[in-house]
Amino acid sequence: MECNSSTCPSGCYKDSDSGVGQERQSASENGRCDLDLYANSHVCIKCKVNETIAATHPAVASGGGDGSRFCADCFRGNLFGKFRFAVTSNAMISPSDNVLIAFSGGSSSRVALQFVHEMQHKAQKNLEASRDKYLPVFGVGVAYIDESANFTVPSHDFDRAMDEMKLIVSNLAPPVKQFYIVPIERIYSSDTGAGRHRLMELMDAVPDVTGKEDLLEHLRMLSLQKIAVDNGYTKLVLGTCTSRIACHVLEATVKGEGYSLAADIQYVDARWKIPVVLPLRDCISQELNMLCSLDSLKMVETFQQPRCGINGLISSFVKLLQEENPSRESTIVRTAGKLKPFSFNKILEDDDCNVHSASQRRQKKYNLKPSESLPPESFCSICHSPLKNSDTTSSNSIGNDEASVGIFAETCSSCQYQILPREPSSLESFHSLLPQQMIYLAKNSSFYKHESLRDQIQDCLLSDSEDGT
Amino acid sequence: MAAAAKPKNGRLCSICNDRRAALKRPKTLEQICRECFYAVFEDEIHKVIVENQIFKPGERIAIGASGGKDSTVLAYVLSELNRRHNYGLDLFLLSVDEGITGYRDDSLETVKRNEIQYGLPLKVVSYKELYGWTMDEIVKLIGLKNNCTFCGVFRRQALDRGAALLKVDKLVTGHNADDIAETVLLNILRGDIARLSRCTSITTGEDGPIPRCKPFKYTYEKEIVMYAYFKRLDYFSTECIYSPNAYRGFVREFIKDLERIRPRAILDIIKSGEDFRISASTKMPEQGNCERCGYISSQKWCKACVLLEGLNRGLPKLGIGRSRVLSNEPNKDTKQTNGTKNMQSKQCGTLDF
Repeated sequence: MECNSSTCPSGCYKDSDSGVGQERQSASENGRCDLDLYANSHVCIKCKVNETIAATHPAVASGGGDGSRFCADCFRGNLFGKFRFAVTSNAMISPSDNVLIAFSGGSSSRVALQFVHEMQHKAQKNLEASRDKYLPVFGVGVAYIDESANFTVPSHDFDRAMDEMKLIVSNLAPPVKQFYIVPIERIYSSDTGAGRHRLMELMDAVPDVTGKEDLLEHLRMLSLQKIAVDNGYTKLVLGTCTSRIACHVLEATVKGEGYSLAADIQYVDARWKIPVVLPLRDCISQELNMLCSLDSLKMVETFQQPRCGINGLISSFVKLLQEENPSRESTIVRTAGKLKPFSFNKILEDDDCNVHSASQRRQKKYNLKPSESLPPESFCSICHSPLKNSDTTSSNSIGNDEASVGIFAETCSSCQYQILPREPSSLESFHSLLPQQMIYLAKNSSFYKHESLRDQIQDCLLSDSEDGT
Repeated sequence: MAAAAKPKNGRLCSICNDRRAALKRPKTLEQICRECFYAVFEDEIHKVIVENQIFKPGERIAIGASGGKDSTVLAYVLSELNRRHNYGLDLFLLSVDEGITGYRDDSLETVKRNEIQYGLPLKVVSYKELYGWTMDEIVKLIGLKNNCTFCGVFRRQALDRGAALLKVDKLVTGHNADDIAETVLLNILRGDIARLSRCTSITTGEDGPIPRCKPFKYTYEKEIVMYAYFKRLDYFSTECIYSPNAYRGFVREFIKDLERIRPRAILDIIKSGEDFRISASTKMPEQGNCERCGYISSQKWCKACVLLEGLNRGLPKLGIGRSRVLSNEPNKDTKQTNGTKNMQSKQCGTLDF
């Protein structure tokens, strides 16, 4: 989807990554006065030649904003530029990668799929043109997590939606992309029936609606990780956009997760076995929706569940703020972006990657300098967020029951409140309902193999238990 | 258990299990009796004071008293706790008379009654004597736009000057948990990482002339109202006539909605605010002193002097918005009041801690 148009003299598609990024920045900063200047002229503020989207596609650009500033080509170019800038400056995708895209059917993941596809398509064309067998093209797979265990949906509706999704993926130009449709209960076992039963039991044990929703989100991540691991993928792409992150910033704040928040909102999150990347981190949902309608990117939104509880309240609050000020979501994400990220918020350089030096050279590394040398001690066994040391040892956690201390110590205060059952006596049975990976992942993240560290210092430890008692 | 015990007389208090529950505690939703509510309310504040070592024995403490519910309850509870737990504090009431007819003169009457009721000496500092202007005169000159900027800047300094006159060691204010949660969210929404990093501190300005403390940091506004209501405390509850935002701001409303779904959200927001990983390299404005009046300032002249100069020279716009005449840096305080009018609930100086 390049800006091939000869009428677009700004060349918004030249390989000047930073240029695109900066241009975008200044465009958004000066947005207001630009808007005033060009509001009546209907001419794109970027190429100053073409008519704006508002003029050419009045139905698409109903919301104003970018639609009244850019022509379709420049708008597309801008958006893809943001995506590509995020990908290249954070080393998200290298030629040897096998990338799994999490596809929900919504606009964000639809655009993620489209952009990654375009990038792959371009790399493929370059490969064919150069006949250089040395540069591999990264592979792409798509995964949909079927959560129908949690809400009732008529089976023919479900089947039709799945067919639509398959069609979306198979309609993309080659290389062919594998499409995985995996029920969320598969994290328990390949026996869907038994897994479904156990999942229902687990969900029923969660007392809080917001907690239920959050737990499902954690399970979804586990499922995606499992698909990626089982099928040899090396990166997991999520379509998480600025608007979603802005909501997450407030959700985390309101749930008391201020410490771990910085871990969730970076371009790269490599605390998982398969690193998770967010190439649409700088795109707001209005833009993504607009692109989908502009380019008739098909979406399948049959199963988009409205967010509920605290999360639902925050969604509508952010929506209200965004209406009041169109840059509010970006400001929220920018504020939270100033928080100190964790050491796992970047892609670790492999030693064997000098093979792709040709592509490496082109990657600008705007990686975050991890200012801290010490990794966090542990992760919450449910949401996998880094635990603040003082929290795990503090006595003000609700559980003073001796038996519960073990599970409590491994979970963050937010999960303790909204996911773990209130009755200390039912903690054990709740723990047994959690998928094995959850407990396993918390202890064996790709970064901090706590156990192996322990082995190294074993001879100096005086007690066998973890807390030294 | 309580329901089974005496269904006819309603539930028993879930704390003492003896008296009838009279209220649902906003913070925890426990059903408790009035006496137990007083006890937990006061004990929590006592615990906060002790754990954070807010006071030292023998200190002179000024309570910023506006006559409103927060400061009235603060004055009442502090004098009570001071007696009960032998803090050994000399407590004073410190009020600012902005010179607003029909608002401050009435609320000052309340404070004067409190002086007698609680036996705390009262000091009133007025804008008129400090700056030569009353708010009535300022509004007459500049109208109802930006008047809250003047009032907020002047009040902050007036409290410090009053505290200096009283020769106190600390100033305590009635900012409650809801106020602090609101400030945390506002700072996120407006991208102010520097303020975000310090807005949850229970004590601020330790490097300045007089440190300020917030003993109500973890106390819910609703519980303060409840306490004042049941104790029949004498307080003044009219809004400022020059701050026409009778409607509640977006953020305040949002916090009230949150509290309805999950009361502990307010405490969680404060916890998040305390836990945010903000690198030490975040730029903080450099503290200096105003060349004109000697008050702490990051600029050549303090904000109050700039505003005052404008008033006296008949240029009231001086210091409002981005002033390039006296300072090159964009002016935070004014920007804040102009830009986020509809996000925050209280405009009058509640945010400058």
